[in-house]
Amino acid sequence: MDSALLVHRLHFAFTVTYHYLFPQLTMGLAPLILILKTLAIRKNDERYDRAARFWAKIFGINFVIGVVTGIPMEFQFGTNWSYFSRFAGGVIGQTLAMEGCFAFFLESTFLGLFLYGEKRLSKTMHWFTALMVFLGSWLSGYFIVATDAWMQNPVGYERGADGSLQLTSFWQLVLNPWAWLQYAHNMSGSVITGGFVMAAVGSFYLLSRKHVDQGQIFVRVGVIAALIFSVLQLFPTGDWAGRMVAEKQPVTLAAMEAVWETSPGAPLVILGQPDVAQQKIDNAIVIPKMLSFLTWRRWNAEVKGLNQVPKEDWPDNVPLLYYAYHIMVGLGTIFIAVSAVAAFLLWRDKLYQARWILWVLLLMFPFPYIANTAGWITAEIGRQPWLVYGLLRTADGYSKMVSAGNGWFSLLGFMGMYTVLSLLFVFLVRREIEHGPEPEPDPALPKIKAGSVASAEVR
Amino acid sequence: MATIWFMIVAVMVAMYVLFDGFDLGAGALHLIIAKTDEERRTVLRAIGPVWDGNEVWLLAAGGTLYFAFPLLYASSFSGFYLPLMMVLWLLMLRAIGIEFRSHIGDPMSKSFFDVIFSVASILLAIFFGAALGNVVRGVPLNPNHYFFEPLWTNWRVGEQNGILDWYTVICGVVALVTLTLHGSLYLATKTEGDLNLRARKAASVLWPVEMLLTIVSFVATVLVVPHVLENYSKWPIGYLVPVVVFASLGYMSYAHNKGNDKGAFLASCGYIVGMLVGAAFALYPNVLPASTGPEYSLTIFNTAAGSHGLGVGFVWWTLGMLLAIGYFVFIYRMFRGKVKLEEGSDHGY
Ligand code: HDD
Ligand code: HEM
Ligand code: HEM
Repeated sequence: MDSALLVHRLHFAFTVTYHYLFPQLTMGLAPLILILKTLAIRKNDERYDRAARFWAKIFGINFVIGVVTGIPMEFQFGTNWSYFSRFAGGVIGQTLAMEGCFAFFLESTFLGLFLYGEKRLSKTMHWFTALMVFLGSWLSGYFIVATDAWMQNPVGYERGADGSLQLTSFWQLVLNPWAWLQYAHNMSGSVITGGFVMAAVGSFYLLSRKHVDQGQIFVRVGVIAALIFSVLQLFPTGDWAGRMVAEKQPVTLAAMEAVWETSPGAPLVILGQPDVAQQKIDNAIVIPKMLSFLTWRRWNAEVKGLNQVPKEDWPDNVPLLYYAYHIMVGLGTIFIAVSAVAAFLLWRDKLYQARWILWVLLLMFPFPYIANTAGWITAEIGRQPWLVYGLLRTADGYSKMVSAGNGWFSLLGFMGMYTVLSLLFVFLVRREIEHGPEPEPDPALPKIKAGSVASAEVR
Repeated sequence: MATIWFMIVAVMVAMYVLFDGFDLGAGALHLIIAKTDEERRTVLRAIGPVWDGNEVWLLAAGGTLYFAFPLLYASSFSGFYLPLMMVLWLLMLRAIGIEFRSHIGDPMSKSFFDVIFSVASILLAIFFGAALGNVVRGVPLNPNHYFFEPLWTNWRVGEQNGILDWYTVICGVVALVTLTLHGSLYLATKTEGDLNLRARKAASVLWPVEMLLTIVSFVATVLVVPHVLENYSKWPIGYLVPVVVFASLGYMSYAHNKGNDKGAFLASCGYIVGMLVGAAFALYPNVLPASTGPEYSLTIFNTAAGSHGLGVGFVWWTLGMLLAIGYFVFIYRMFRGKVKLEEGSDHGY
């Protein structure tokens, strides 16, 4: 591979993978914070207000890093992928600009109000700012996913006189079916992250017997969210994603599942290591005919294999693609199992005492991040060798004027910068967790009149 | 349509400079005029709730540029690769400086974050000015519409120029002084007591410097790119621009001496808009002139996206801006008035 091309790919992959660690928690926590605020009003219980305030602090720290790592992403389309931008900017510039004009303004304005305005706003207004923060972050998720979806499944364009693409249908671009399906799956994935993170912090408090009342709220809300969205992640959204790939990018599916030859009644590989040179899978454990059924709902349906296209049209890293995909699906299965057990114990009123499952929940929090990252790697590596599927090859999209040396310079710079950011982030979040939510207000102070009824009901 | 989008992008850039300009300027002054921890927190409080929203103007302007003029975006962003990467790092450092100071208790780390914040703000202001200088001066575009500029070559204005040469350095200094003055006037409107006095004093010192630099930069521009005057002779209405610039400067000094902080701040806004409009007016219809020959220049016509896209964009853009203006009015009203530390100390700063 041309070394400049390699650097630009690494550059983008590194910065976007790092960036996405933060928005996934932003988008995952936003609805959970809204739920806490809603419960506080509905039950008239200030404990939920304190819980929301605690998570708002974590949210704030996370958001800042999301913003500062997001700005380079937008720039990189021009700096590192300028041939791609010139080629496709007339189309995908739409969704990117809309993200700025609609989502980012909404999000940043109301986040300011949400974080700094609680004392100045009425309860309902403060709840409303939480709603707007949620809408803003989910809207921005949609626009960015629609951008990516267009690269996976280009629609609504025509070729202009100079060879670059022009928009012909705004609605096709915005309502791209790939975007809807991918969005549903992706957002559900981010709530899984939010749910498990919340449950992990709650478990930490319960295990260390600090802030017990808040710990129980966190575990309860986190586990319920994690269960609902883990199930949605597999079915229907994961199932949709898989079938859409099979239909529109059959080569990608073949590489994800390491199907070498087109065949009827294809088996599903659960475990095993693909060997690309010899086109086989070592140590395979398979379920016969399962893949055919999952993709086409018929046991003997034909599944296209990698042999249908010449090798230069294969995704250029089949093993990575295969592993990324299997890690995502494997973890998804584990999430369903863990959250189902925890939810069962919650229902039987045993969860808060069952230390073993609290330990499991505590240790679970990195895995949703891994699964989300693996999912994106599946989508992006699976699209190779295309940058815009079927239209522009990755090798034709980078900035030809920016040499490999200059690319390495900024890549190393970002690596250094992001190392510092990570340290700061870990340090600050640890401090907030150690510090904990505000303590219960002293009952001697006659301030909050409600709460007594509601808390009796919850306990 | 392309001309309309040119104006829209220019307006959005101007909004960015006006809004983020005052918090850059406040950052540049931070170490000098705010001495105690309390005063520094006051400065940060004056910009804390709004800086993130201000920065969104940069993103929105960038996104709009991308979709309306894809080739311009592609060519200029890859050509200015190195300085843009540094701008990104500086933006990050500045955000770290503003946001994380409040989460950390001990005075030593606090002063560390203060220095980061201040230095990053100063450098950003200089970079932005130098960037504008590059655009006015022109860059070595090849027949393919691409170019790449190293950070500096021999500091002279010529065929093989770097990002920095004597002309763009002047532009950088002008930007730094302009934004610092802008920031000091903003702080004067937002603060009381010693801090207010020092902010006003900084403004008094900076004003003559700005006056002088404005003249220097006009002269330098005419020397380096004589054809900037063409548009002015074609459409004489352009001569209003220097009138606005100097009138704003005059009123700024007048209002400042009268103790009318708000008026002085508004005059500074007028000055900045005047300078930007002047540059845009001189360039039109070029958006990135070529130092290699006018036939290679990027104009709004050879870089614009397809007409369907531009038309559709106009609809949602108008909608989006109405909403954004609504939010802005709302948040500035919520946080209007002088900053006091006691109230709402629930979140940092
Ligand atoms: C918590 C994270 C998570 C979990 C548990 C899963 N996924 Fe996923 N998956 C994602 C997070 C994710 C993601 C990060 O959100 C991706 C990347 C692109 C996208 O839109 O979603 C994705 C992409 C993605 C793709 C690729 C789409 C493409 O090529 O563009 C497929 C086929 C699936 N998923 C299918 C599944 C199935 C069958 C799962 C079974 C449980 C599953 N995912 C669990
Ligand atoms: C949703 C918006 C996204 C867009 C528009 C996008 C676009 C791109 C582009 C332009 C490239 C460079 C060309 C290439 O190598 O294929 C790329 C590569 C890549 N992206 Fe994405 N991406 C998005 C989201 C993500 C996310 C969220 C992740 C990971 C968490 C990700 C992971 C990667 C990786 C790993 C590569 C490198 C692929 C390779 O080197 O083969 N992307 N993407
Ligand atoms: C190539 C891909 C990407 C680009 C160009 C990009 C761009 C940006 C930018 C410029 C910001 C700063 C916004 C602000 O100031 O408020 C940001 C933040 C954000 N991005 Fe990304 N992003 C990318 C990938 C993603 C993906 C895949 C998602 C999710 C689906 C996402 C969701 C968000 C969200 C929710 C925020 C809000 C702030 C936060 O992170 O906490 N981004 N992004």
